[in-house]
Amino acid sequence: MAGALVLLAVLLPSQARAQDVRPYEIVGDAIPVPLTAAKGDPVRGRAIVVDRQRGLCLLCHTGPFPEQRFQGNLAPDLKGVGIRLSEGQLRLKIVDSRRLNPATIMPPYYAMDGLVRVGRNWQDKPVLSAEQVEDVVAFLTTLTETP
Amino acid sequence: MRGVLKNVALTAGFGGVLALCISLATAQSPPSERKSGFEFMSPESQATQQDDFSNPGMLWVAEGEAVWNAKAGVLGRSCAECHGDASVSMKGVAARYPVYFAESGRPIDLQSRINVCRKTNQNATPFPLEGRDLLALSSFIGKQSRGMPITTGEDNRLEPFRARGQELYEQRQGQLNFSCANCHDDNWGRRLASSMIPQSHPTGYPLYRLEWQGMGSLQRRLRNCMTGVRAEPYPYGSQEYVELELFLMTRAKGMPLETPAVRP
Ligand code: HEC
Ligand code: HEC
Repeated sequence: MAGALVLLAVLLPSQARAQDVRPYEIVGDAIPVPLTAAKGDPVRGRAIVVDRQRGLCLLCHTGPFPEQRFQGNLAPDLKGVGIRLSEGQLRLKIVDSRRLNPATIMPPYYAMDGLVRVGRNWQDKPVLSAEQVEDVVAFLTTLTETP
Repeated sequence: MRGVLKNVALTAGFGGVLALCISLATAQSPPSERKSGFEFMSPESQATQQDDFSNPGMLWVAEGEAVWNAKAGVLGRSCAECHGDASVSMKGVAARYPVYFAESGRPIDLQSRINVCRKTNQNATPFPLEGRDLLALSSFIGKQSRGMPITTGEDNRLEPFRARGQELYEQRQGQLNFSCANCHDDNWGRRLASSMIPQSHPTGYPLYRLEWQGMGSLQRRLRNCMTGVRAEPYPYGSQEYVELELFLMTRAKGMPLETPAVRP
């Protein structure tokens, strides 16, 4: 599944879950092609990112969200992340950070393999839908202020 | 504050309580310097725990003393009739649990051990787990060891169960794919949104949690952490909790017992 430097992988989810996680292609450290035909919406994306039940991002990350109290400090500041990473790199980061760093604590948002004892209410669905991932990615690319 | 604490980082409201949280400057990893959850609390919450008149857990301790002295079962026997003065007979007991229970060939936690007495020595129905009576009685028994160092795990027969507890602690789980160690060994002292992540030493159970507005066992706490990472919690009384408790208590060996503690 992996070449030495350039990792090229096609994820083929099991049949039961096929309608929930669509196949996608990893090229290097990125997923260059969007998961959906429709373009992501950065306004919806921001709402997901700051939502403690849906995105959960601010449990760990801080970021340029002055109205948000209690941002976590387990992870890098999201400020300027749209300069640091390309759209495709951001997409893979959200979809499944484990593909870049198996030891990461960042949850895999669009994956269901390799998970143990997933709670009854959360089974057989990824944390975010493909549309939500695209919204989040669209928002993150707008974070271009220098830290 | 204490010399080991590097800086006071932020003031955070938590569950309606103003909490002054303390952040530790450097990165973390298996706690070489062990800190009770007490040390991560605001001075206000610390004061609440330390003052018996304001510590809400003392209500459960008082109720537990009443249950200790109450006649129960067909034989109409109280705990006190067999065990006498709890401040003598129960001193140090909570500090060494879970213990190896030869009759089942497995470790047993304090609450289940109380229920064994309830069944076999009082011929009474066992208390429901996490019910008021059992929390009260185990708070009362725990209080008899307050300030004593934890001694759990000295019996060699416990070792395979402790090791299993450690495996569970290091196993990633849930939709968010976290192990206990990911938070409590690698990221203690950091902020998960508003909550300061402690090292997870079970030094104060049962304890009064402001968020619960009530008393709860360690199992209730572990269920909270499991649902937090969107894992399926084990049912109350599961062997997995006893193994996790055994691992956590041996890891906390030597630390003073705080029952009844207070936590945010
Ligand atoms: C439980 C913790 C956690 C949560 C929740 C989390 N992340 Fe992360 N994230 C991390 C960590 C830790 C890193 C650092 C690199 C690594 O280990 O992957 C990271 C890295 C990133 C990066 C790369 C940052 C850089 O500067 O290179 C981006 C972008 C990112 N996260 C976005 C998000 C978004 C958006 C969400 C929510 C949809 C989110 N994260 C949720 C822990 C988390
Ligand atoms: C995503 C982070 C995270 C994970 C994973 C996690 N916990 Fe926790 N845990 C916390 C936080 C945060 C607190 C403190 C809660 C508060 O004060 O609101 C806590 C509290 C505790 C406490 C209470 C300590 C005290 O002083 O009373 C124990 C014990 C504990 N956790 C054990 C565990 C175990 C065992 C697991 C795995 C089954 C686990 N935790 C998984 C974040 C986590």
